[in-house]
Amino acid sequence: MKIRAQVAMVLNLDKCIGCHTCSVTCKNVWTSRDGVEYAWFNNVESKPGIGFPKEWENQEKWRGGWVRRSDGKLAPRQGGKVKILANIFANPNLPEIDDYYEPFTYDYEHLQKAPLSQTPPTARPISAITGQKMEKIEWGPNWEDDLGGEFESRSRDQLFKDIQKEMYSTFENTFLMYLPRLCEHCLNPTCVASCPSGSVYKREDDGIVLVDQDKCRGWRMCISGCPYKKIYYNWKSGKAEKCTFCYPRLEAGQPTVCSETCVGRIRYLGVILYDADRIDQAASVENEQDLYEAQLKVFLDPNDPAIIEEARRQGIPDNWLDAAKKSPVWKMAMEWKVAFPLHPEYRTLPMVWYIPPLSPIQSRAEAGQLGMNGIIPDTKDLRIPVKYLANLLTAGKEAPITSALDRMLAMRAYKRGETVHGKGNEAVLKQVGLSAAQVEEMYQIMAIANYEDRFVIPSSHKELVEDSFNEKGSCGFTFGNGCSGGTSEGTLFGNQKHGSDIFVDMPKSRRKSRME
Amino acid sequence: MSILHNFVFGLYPYIALTVFLLGSLVRFEREQYTWKSESSQLLKRGNLRIGSICFHLGIISLFLTHMVGLLTPPEIYHAFGLSSSAKQVMAIVGGAGLGSLCLVGLLILLHRRFAEPRIRAVTRMGDKILLLWLLLTLLLGLASIFVSVNHLDGHVMVLLGSWAQHIVTFRSDAAELIVDVPWLYKAHMFMGMTLFVIFPFSRLVHVWSGFGSVTYLTRAWQLVRPR
Repeated sequence: MKIRAQVAMVLNLDKCIGCHTCSVTCKNVWTSRDGVEYAWFNNVESKPGIGFPKEWENQEKWRGGWVRRSDGKLAPRQGGKVKILANIFANPNLPEIDDYYEPFTYDYEHLQKAPLSQTPPTARPISAITGQKMEKIEWGPNWEDDLGGEFESRSRDQLFKDIQKEMYSTFENTFLMYLPRLCEHCLNPTCVASCPSGSVYKREDDGIVLVDQDKCRGWRMCISGCPYKKIYYNWKSGKAEKCTFCYPRLEAGQPTVCSETCVGRIRYLGVILYDADRIDQAASVENEQDLYEAQLKVFLDPNDPAIIEEARRQGIPDNWLDAAKKSPVWKMAMEWKVAFPLHPEYRTLPMVWYIPPLSPIQSRAEAGQLGMNGIIPDTKDLRIPVKYLANLLTAGKEAPITSALDRMLAMRAYKRGETVHGKGNEAVLKQVGLSAAQVEEMYQIMAIANYEDRFVIPSSHKELVEDSFNEKGSCGFTFGNGCSGGTSEGTLFGNQKHGSDIFVDMPKSRRKSRME
Repeated sequence: MSILHNFVFGLYPYIALTVFLLGSLVRFEREQYTWKSESSQLLKRGNLRIGSICFHLGIISLFLTHMVGLLTPPEIYHAFGLSSSAKQVMAIVGGAGLGSLCLVGLLILLHRRFAEPRIRAVTRMGDKILLLWLLLTLLLGLASIFVSVNHLDGHVMVLLGSWAQHIVTFRSDAAELIVDVPWLYKAHMFMGMTLFVIFPFSRLVHVWSGFGSVTYLTRAWQLVRPR
């Protein structure tokens, strides 16, 4: 048994309002630079929809994730090592920038400088790549916002698999949910496995998957390897970039920026202990629908004294073990079974999990025909089909999703009883197999969601590996070579030393005076 | 023998190799962030696949066959029963084939780089110089075939081989050997040697990594870094 700890995330989709605050704060911190304007380490998609980049879930098209070969071994869907190397000159599975969108700014200057005219001046989009005016903006990180666009296009959504989707094209039956997406920091990441130069790696101490910017050679295999399309190619620097899980913040015990700023309080961060020796076995179970349960078996119970003792022996710090016991992620994934991995069928064992959303009861209820499952409403009457959610979270297996939705409905019924009748509804709890104490804790963590309940993050132990005294007075993040950037405009080896051309350009007047 | 000839074929090879090796080392050591293939595939796929594959297969094979052809002493291939004349025919046929493959690829890549608005926008002066330099070197090499077919006895080829072998074994008479070789070969050689000078300062450094990436075949799928 090789015990490792990971900071994992759960997103409670039941509470996501699609405000994009996570995306915007993430962008401001991490990707407001040249070459990654188009990249959203975090974006929020409206579902049903084909998403960003277009049809990212269609692995027949993009060939991300793993496949189980006939001999029971796993190989990246894009090919084994020889094939990956053979494709190094041109990657046949790489999305084009138009599958994301051509990055742009607007010609704001024109608003001030336009001559007198009959019509008000407009600020036309300008491509951040060519600097030329663009005819039209064609796509974006949430182009299908709130069911924008025609159903026929949106219904290419892979989650409609095994669903008679035509039914949901009518106004009466339509449904909507939001899906905030970021890097999954998988236990079995295909991006790491696909990198010929070995620059993508998983950190042993907290499980964060990072790209070593110095070692990356721009072979672009990680981008097609990742089934979630959450590694981006920086077209300016020629390197792969991805969500860092805000590791400088996590190391200091702070939540990621997206979690910190989430106004709906939907995000949770907590430690999960897992057995690294079981990863391979769990990722290669034969039936796709068993992958969710297989991943649960990789996780280790932090309340088991034997596990704690072994973890301590293997060098996991005590504050991490304490955090693991209080981890909201453990509670939601393992104790209450309300959180699920995103697309387990990709066999990556993702570590950013989702609580499926409840949805309004359909019109049948209004007509008095509401199906009841004991006391709580029948989940099949929810507006979002359970099968749709199962295709997202359990490779199509409906039972675990139904159980989670039932438990969330039961929590509501119980608390409603408490508020309205002064006494919690015990009968409903029996039906879903929860105790009153458990529901009370669920309510505290999932509904009230206090800051300290959402984020249980142990600070890292840098003092064990480096002498921080030597870092005193040194520089922080740089574009490459430490503090020294030299004094000349260009460099011998042709890199750009400043952050951004397009977005933080100084006004032309000032630039001109500087040139003179 | 002129001073210029002596410089270009006696000293310049050593300067080029020194800049190549030391420059690569310094860049690897000090500026790894700039060390990359600089793929433009994301911005426009177009006919990159056919162009890039033709170009790379062509140029890598040309590099390797040049190495083997130039650095193998005649005694060795004679021992295998291969005459100099037959080897020259092999070199001509092989060079023409691989050179054409490389040329087709390079022309596609050049067209893409200069005609696609997005690619043109991200192309730096260094990229343009490099591509045109490669094109010129390649064209000179291909042109030399037309000279070679006029003397199929292989003696020019043997001279060029001896020059290369004398250079890498640090014998000072290397330049004298090729005084009488036609200027076309000499121009091709100068252009080729200069590629090594350009190498550390251009995207060409990714060639090192390309060869290095072969180690990928033997590594484990997953990489976990300890603190």
